[in-house]
Amino acid sequence: MRDLFVALRKDLLLQWRGRAQVVAIFAFGAAALLLFSFAIGPDSLALRQHAAGFLWLGLLLASTLSLAESFEREMEEQALEGLLLLPASARALYYGKAIANWGQLALLGSALVPIMVVLYDAGTLRLLSLLGVIVLGTAGLSAPGTLYAAMTSQIRGRQTLLPLLLFPLVVPVLLAAVKATSLLILGDPMGQVRPWATLLAAFAVVHWSMGGLLFDRVVED
Amino acid sequence: MPQALVAAGVVLLLTGSFWGLFRAPGEVFMGDVQRIMYVHVPTAWNAMLALTFAFVCAVTFLLTKAWKWDNRLEAAMEMGVVLSLLLCMQGAIWAKPTWGVWWDWDPRLTTTAVMVFAFGGILALRNAVDDPVKRAVWSSVACIVAFADVPIVYFSVKWWNSLHQAQSTPATVSKAFHWPLRINAFGVLFLWAGLVALRARVAALRLGSELAPPLPQPAGTEKAPVHGGTL
Repeated sequence: MRDLFVALRKDLLLQWRGRAQVVAIFAFGAAALLLFSFAIGPDSLALRQHAAGFLWLGLLLASTLSLAESFEREMEEQALEGLLLLPASARALYYGKAIANWGQLALLGSALVPIMVVLYDAGTLRLLSLLGVIVLGTAGLSAPGTLYAAMTSQIRGRQTLLPLLLFPLVVPVLLAAVKATSLLILGDPMGQVRPWATLLAAFAVVHWSMGGLLFDRVVED
Repeated sequence: MPQALVAAGVVLLLTGSFWGLFRAPGEVFMGDVQRIMYVHVPTAWNAMLALTFAFVCAVTFLLTKAWKWDNRLEAAMEMGVVLSLLLCMQGAIWAKPTWGVWWDWDPRLTTTAVMVFAFGGILALRNAVDDPVKRAVWSSVACIVAFADVPIVYFSVKWWNSLHQAQSTPATVSKAFHWPLRINAFGVLFLWAGLVALRARVAALRLGSELAPPLPQPAGTEKAPVHGGTL
């Protein structure tokens, strides 16, 4: 447990020192949201209807940058090999990084919400529920994302491979998060947000446990 | 032996398809269009089977570290992707005259498409890793993660939207359709089993040349060169 906190502290510190990069990734996400509206045209009704989908697509695209970035730093000067030589379990390193990535993605998602509200006129008063959906959804993105980024950061063609591996896997996250967010924005007369949030939570539980089980295989030797 | 399996598969497929196309009666509502079921349903079963076998190979490889399971994993995953892709194409061909559209966002269709990309991505990963040890371990890990993801994808899409008719099994189709369906199912099974065995042999040969000088010779595997050996 202590290993985990030390690893988490290291990753949060890394993120804090590389905050310029985080701002750049946020700008990328915001630009994506701006571009999506050009794909639909200036139809405010349609934009509002698709706002949730655009938000999550923007976040998903931005997440591949931030996940890849989190391991690229470990590749410099063989930092990862150094870490693995420490008397700490690979599992602690994984969870430290996955939690740090989760925090960063949740922050990124929350920061994109105002952009969505302004551009698509898609506001909601259930801000806490929206935050909950973002936290659960990004949990589902960060666990498999961290696992795959650990592999793809070490090989050629990594820019293509991480999204190629991650996107099909997180289809349930995208689907459930978009549905839940959409219901929050457009109204939820049947109270359907909760089952979608449960699906997000279930996905996260499955992938967080699987990632912890398999990570030491990925980085061994 | 694999050649015999392939030959048996081809013979069975030809028999089953001939029976399905010319002997079995046409379906009442869909007419001849329905006859694609004789390849579509066996393909669906076998795509699942091939990917399940790939999953078994991945788990066994991580547990035993025996190279032969990595070779089989590579072969089975390729076969699973090919069969899933065929499945999507046959489905589209059938759906156009029946539903009026090529594609529909139904759970099984969507899950199959997602599987094509998920496992196709792992094949791309294999292709990008030069170190055979990393390639084997990573693709096993990725295969396990992707396989575990399939049911979640299925149920999430099912909640999201649904239209596909219930699966066709011998229990849901008329007796007159049973035999061609069964024969073709075993035909496809033998065909892919034979092809996977052949493909695994190719993978073993490539691995042998990659590992060539010097061959790793862990304790207990004296005759390592091509098929055997552990990490």
